Amino acid sequence: MLAEEQIPGALQACRGTFKRDLLLAMRRSGDIVNPLVFALIVVTLFPLGIGPEKSTLTAIAPGLVWVVALLACLLSVDRVFRDDYLDGTLQQMLLSPQPSYFLVLAKVTVHWLVSGLAVTLVAPLLALMLSLAGGGYLPLLVSLLLGTVSLSMIGAIGAALTVGLKRGGVLVALIVLPLYVPVLIFGAGAVEAGCQGLPYSGHLAILAALTLMALVLAPLAIGGALRINMDD
Amino acid sequence: MYFSSLNELFYMDGHGVYVWAVYAVAISIIAALAITPLVRRRRFVREETQRLRREGKV
Amino acid sequence: MAFRWPQFFHKLGSPRWFYRIGGLWLPWLAGIAACFLVIGAIWGLAFAPEDFKQGNSYRIIFVHVPSAFIALAGYYVMATAGAISLIWKMKLADIALKCAAPIGAAMTVLALISGATWGKPTWGTWWVWDARNTSMLVLLFLYLGIYALYNAFEREEQAARICAVLALVGTVNIPIIYKSVDWWFTLHQPATIKLTEPTTMHASMWQPLLLMIVGFYVLYTTLLIERIRVEILVRERRTRWVQDIVLASGA
Repeated sequence: MLAEEQIPGALQACRGTFKRDLLLAMRRSGDIVNPLVFALIVVTLFPLGIGPEKSTLTAIAPGLVWVVALLACLLSVDRVFRDDYLDGTLQQMLLSPQPSYFLVLAKVTVHWLVSGLAVTLVAPLLALMLSLAGGGYLPLLVSLLLGTVSLSMIGAIGAALTVGLKRGGVLVALIVLPLYVPVLIFGAGAVEAGCQGLPYSGHLAILAALTLMALVLAPLAIGGALRINMDD
Repeated sequence: MYFSSLNELFYMDGHGVYVWAVYAVAISIIAALAITPLVRRRRFVREETQRLRREGKV
Repeated sequence: MAFRWPQFFHKLGSPRWFYRIGGLWLPWLAGIAACFLVIGAIWGLAFAPEDFKQGNSYRIIFVHVPSAFIALAGYYVMATAGAISLIWKMKLADIALKCAAPIGAAMTVLALISGATWGKPTWGTWWVWDARNTSMLVLLFLYLGIYALYNAFEREEQAARICAVLALVGTVNIPIIYKSVDWWFTLHQPATIKLTEPTTMHASMWQPLLLMIVGFYVLYTTLLIERIRVEILVRERRTRWVQDIVLASGA
């Protein structure tokens, strides 16, 4: 039994969870690489499906890269809480004296690092394959950097809701995809505007606002959903 | 009435098909919503009566 | 006798009380809904003047707009029931959440079908990615998500509370989705003819529309109460009072 002053504070616990999750994620590097390969393959399928004509590809590239990136982020999201739920770690986390808000935030941040951030870094390559117009690269990077944070947050809500179920997979996609709509609209909108040489800072500002809102509110929903899944 | 004859009311300058189709769909959806609980209730009463009889509670 | 809120609230949580009171209200509500809808539909179909730009196809508005209203309002009803269920763990709220989902989804389907059918004579195609159609489609997906999630759980109580969280998340998101779809639409397609806005909304047009909207709200209430009452019977089947009802109506 720890004395009162020995119990780690919220931020300390947050940092501990972050380190632990990151270490676990790094050890399973397949989980990081697989969604990226998936994105590459999907992008390859499009020219095969609609023809290799450059002008067609350039026209649809902004939306397409965004949709592919979004799906790649979705692929791994139902694993965020699954393993910890199965081995009981999650229960201990929720029982711990630290607010679950920060623990959840740490877990989702790690997920973002290995999915959203990774996809963002690969996105220019995807854009190149679809011959995105030159002005679109910078807004693509920035919009994905901002947008994938809220994608991870919203996706984690879906993961938390279904954590107690034996099969989450498709259900998570079904729940989460409609909620992705605003992020997709403003993300792809920014890239589209950049391609046409129009200002895109407005899109990015709205994306940033969405992301901030997700950061503040989503951990509350996630914590609630996890608790409901816990009591049996 | 806005239309001069019943025929015209049904035809509506060629738009009648669409308008009447929508009203038909609306009626069938509302009817389905109203009837499903009634069917469920009837089935429940039948099954429960059987169960209560079986358990000798009647 | 003074009306006492806490007591009223407490009673509302009692399925038995709701079953009785709902049963008393149901015929009246159904009658009122039928009156409003029949009068509104006849007025809208046969007596309202024609829109000079869209012609007679605008008469679909009398179904499309009310069903779209109910589709959206139904989601909020569901989310409110969910919030009550999460905060006070009220049995009746769980039941209301479960029963509100299919009605809302059906109304969304009706709004989509009427919107598409309206599009055919107006734009020449069944489906146009118009702002209203698109956000209705997303709303339908939100309903389907709730439905799928509810059915994935075995314990009803847990299913209701999980769906309550999702419904609340959806509630926060719906205004954002609507706004962003609206913005997306104005960016990509300069509006030609907007559905749901007859070029001149004369009083003889919006009066039947108002009747239909009120009628749809009362209809929604009727259908919801009807569904909740049946669900109450099924859930409370072990209680004495339900068994009495069953035996009385089964004989």
